[in-house]
Amino acid sequence: MNKIEAKNVDFYYGTFHALKGINITIPNNEVVAFIGPSGCGKSTFLRLFNRMNDLIPGARLTGQVLIDGQDIYEKGVDVDVLRRGVGMVFQRPNPFPKSIFENVAYGLRVNGIKDKDFIRQRVEEALTSAALWNEVKDKLKESAYALSGGQQQRLCIARAMAVQPSVLLMDEPASALDPISTAKIEELICELSSQTTIVIVTHSMQQAARVSNKTAFFYLGEMVEYGETKKIFTNPEKEATQNYITGRFG
Amino acid sequence: MPLQFDSAYNKRKRALQQAMFACFRVLSYSIVLVLFIILGFILVKGVSVINWNFLTQAPTDGMTKGGIWPAIVGTFYLMVGSAVFAFPVGVVSGIYMSEYAPKGKLVAFIRTMTNNLAGIPSIVFGLFGMAFFVNYLDFGDSILAGSLTLGLLALPIVIRTTEEAFRDIPSSYREGSLALGATKTQTIWHVLLPMAMPRVITGLILSLGRVSGETAPILFTCAAYFLPKLPDSIFDQCMALPYHLYVVATSGTDIDAQMPIAYGTAFVLIVIVLLMNLVANAIRKHFEKKLKQK
Amino acid sequence: MKKWIDRIARRIFTLSGFVTSVVILLIIGFLFSEAAGLFRQPIVEEGYVLALNKENDVDRLSAEQIKQLFDEDITNWKELGGKDMPVKVFRLEDLDHLYTEEELGAEYEHAGEKIAEQVRQTPGIIAFVPKVLVEGERDIHLVPDHTIPIKDVLLGTEWYPTATPSPIFGILPLLSGTLWVSFFAILIALPFGLAISIYLAEVAPPAVSKVLKPVIELLNGIPSVVYGFFGLAVIVPLLQQTFNLPVGESGLAGSLVLALMALPTIITVSEDAMRNCPRTMREASLALGATHWQTIYKVVVPYSVSGITSGVVLGIGRAVGETMAVLMVTGNAAVIPTSILEPLRTIPATIAAELGEAPAGGAHYQSLFLLGVILFFITLIINSCVEIVSARNKTKR
Repeated sequence: MNKIEAKNVDFYYGTFHALKGINITIPNNEVVAFIGPSGCGKSTFLRLFNRMNDLIPGARLTGQVLIDGQDIYEKGVDVDVLRRGVGMVFQRPNPFPKSIFENVAYGLRVNGIKDKDFIRQRVEEALTSAALWNEVKDKLKESAYALSGGQQQRLCIARAMAVQPSVLLMDEPASALDPISTAKIEELICELSSQTTIVIVTHSMQQAARVSNKTAFFYLGEMVEYGETKKIFTNPEKEATQNYITGRFG
Repeated sequence: MPLQFDSAYNKRKRALQQAMFACFRVLSYSIVLVLFIILGFILVKGVSVINWNFLTQAPTDGMTKGGIWPAIVGTFYLMVGSAVFAFPVGVVSGIYMSEYAPKGKLVAFIRTMTNNLAGIPSIVFGLFGMAFFVNYLDFGDSILAGSLTLGLLALPIVIRTTEEAFRDIPSSYREGSLALGATKTQTIWHVLLPMAMPRVITGLILSLGRVSGETAPILFTCAAYFLPKLPDSIFDQCMALPYHLYVVATSGTDIDAQMPIAYGTAFVLIVIVLLMNLVANAIRKHFEKKLKQK
Repeated sequence: MKKWIDRIARRIFTLSGFVTSVVILLIIGFLFSEAAGLFRQPIVEEGYVLALNKENDVDRLSAEQIKQLFDEDITNWKELGGKDMPVKVFRLEDLDHLYTEEELGAEYEHAGEKIAEQVRQTPGIIAFVPKVLVEGERDIHLVPDHTIPIKDVLLGTEWYPTATPSPIFGILPLLSGTLWVSFFAILIALPFGLAISIYLAEVAPPAVSKVLKPVIELLNGIPSVVYGFFGLAVIVPLLQQTFNLPVGESGLAGSLVLALMALPTIITVSEDAMRNCPRTMREASLALGATHWQTIYKVVVPYSVSGITSGVVLGIGRAVGETMAVLMVTGNAAVIPTSILEPLRTIPATIAAELGEAPAGGAHYQSLFLLGVILFFITLIINSCVEIVSARNKTKR
């Protein structure tokens, strides 16, 4: 079954045509990587799935984006409910100025869950699934800023996972991290893919090759090619893709 | 176990958001309303008092009739006097902060001192002006003492704007000039000062606007209740608009007759301050536009 | 030649760099030296003495007790720990009622004797007379004078700077008046300031905040005496009617005006702080399904709390130091306030109102400088708080 489906998506920042006629289907519980040179529109496309681009003045979209068959840009869709179901992890770790525990509990609290024992249990589960529980279980009350960069990013993943999203969007989640932390994040992505559909934007082709089942290549606002990761990296159909993955530009 | 969310909570939190934002909007607009009430009140009541005689004649009949010419002149003298002191000192000090002072603790120290000076209440400046300029340096109650006291008040504003104006000039301009063999002084004089000038002038005008409205610092250093003639020298006392407004509004013999004069004085004072703000803004806008064109 | 100019210029620049520091030092020096003089002043007016009957063993009187004696609030020496005898107040002008001009002499040359006579005759007398008149007289008991104690000034609850024979300089009524007015001003300004800064930084469309910001800056530019005048002409009569007060000049009128004056400071500083909250922090909150409002009060405000605090503290500083507006609308009664609807008096207003009448170098003059020193310290503390808060803010990032 398809989790996400985009049909003829065009997207504009004011007069700038950022995404051109994109069609894609992302199946349930798969890891899909978006690759391409900077400015190609891959991040913009990712941010359409939780309507993050709504915040930008002058942004305009035509076409349809469906999640679980529901057009998320239709009138009457509650953006907060949508975003609760579509988690997001950002380029740089961005924990809130709160304790570790409160960071993870945040998503539960803002969505009306008040049962303390339940929150405690969910926080533990989320931290465990982000492979952070053992490192922080004794200092849950400490500020999130006391953690290292890699730990902060895993905390942000735990924060996103706490509300059990069915889709997790990751916008270059490892680009600000050292190689060891990056490896941990990649490991985590593979584990989380059993629970949720993951869409990851990445600069690094090796990373895309390591973590994803499917890969889409974006170039100048268009989706040039989309298919099985193995195929994209070994035998791409389009020449532009070939040039990019062999490092001739980008 | 899958999470169960309460959809009623979602409705509530959205309603709360709408209520809060509406409340913020109302509060924000109410402040604008208050400003318009203050300005409108004074401008409407004051404008009927304004005429040529009011602006060009001295008060008569125990301040119940006549105009405010000596107060306008006095305020003008005080503005010029404080500018003559505060501008050169403040600009040079600001340049030192940006161009000469070794970065780190020293700059932080001087900046703290400047901030502290800016935070001192104006009445304390008045006390100091009285003790130092009037009594210790024996200037007496005079335009000189008043201008110097007001100048001290304007100093932090001038220093800050100058420092910021110079600091925001990219270092490539300095390096370019120095690379051509210019000395630091030449670089500052020929390259940096012209670039920083518009912003410096904006700061100067804003500080003048502030100076023109201050009463407390001149209470004991300069301001006179009533003078039959204009001052002859900087060692004379003078009248000043803000002090005149204070006097006419609070310590009159015939409040009903004095009220129109108070409104007229407040009108002139506000017009001066508004004009200063407008000019400063216009210069800033002009400069920003020019910068964008580059 | 070029180098010489460069070197001289460097000297001039360096010198002027310290101008603010020098000014602050000068302010401290002059304020302190004048203020310190107060504690070297005798409690009784210079050149005068208090004379008692020899039998009276009261040896030390505080300024407050002297005032009570001369106001006839204390009528028996028992109350001051002396013998049980009624107090009889004697002033120099009483001499003219008791004796003829001839008896006193054309040049008052016999006045000293006559005063001494009175003092010897009346056991409960307290005479306030010039020192030169009674200096040589025997058998009278001059109250040994002492300097004004620091404790009586700093903890004194009464401010009668022009009382004779001994003025009282208790600063508590003025200090509490200042704090009281400022406290209510901030109480009024805080909700407005927060709401408006949140609106400007987060909610308002850019076009709206572009218009609102200059308006608020304008509010900052209006001279304080104009605020005072507006308060006097509009707010004071309004309060008098609304609360049915005997006089409209009250602490509340001062607080309202001060709130208006402190608002621009609070708004600009807090708004800047909130705008500095990183965009991804906001997005992270929204991406979890939080509403914009939840994001503001759970993430943006906590993130910028130190900036908001700075804004509020600076606003307090503005309120505490404000002179003219407060002077014009608070009614200036030097009593410890019990209600915000009563007239009260602040430190800056006291200085402004009284310095004109206080003779230079006298105790009253010096006491006003002491008030200046106290004000200076309050603002210094406030500034340091802001510095500390913003320094901590920098290390956080």
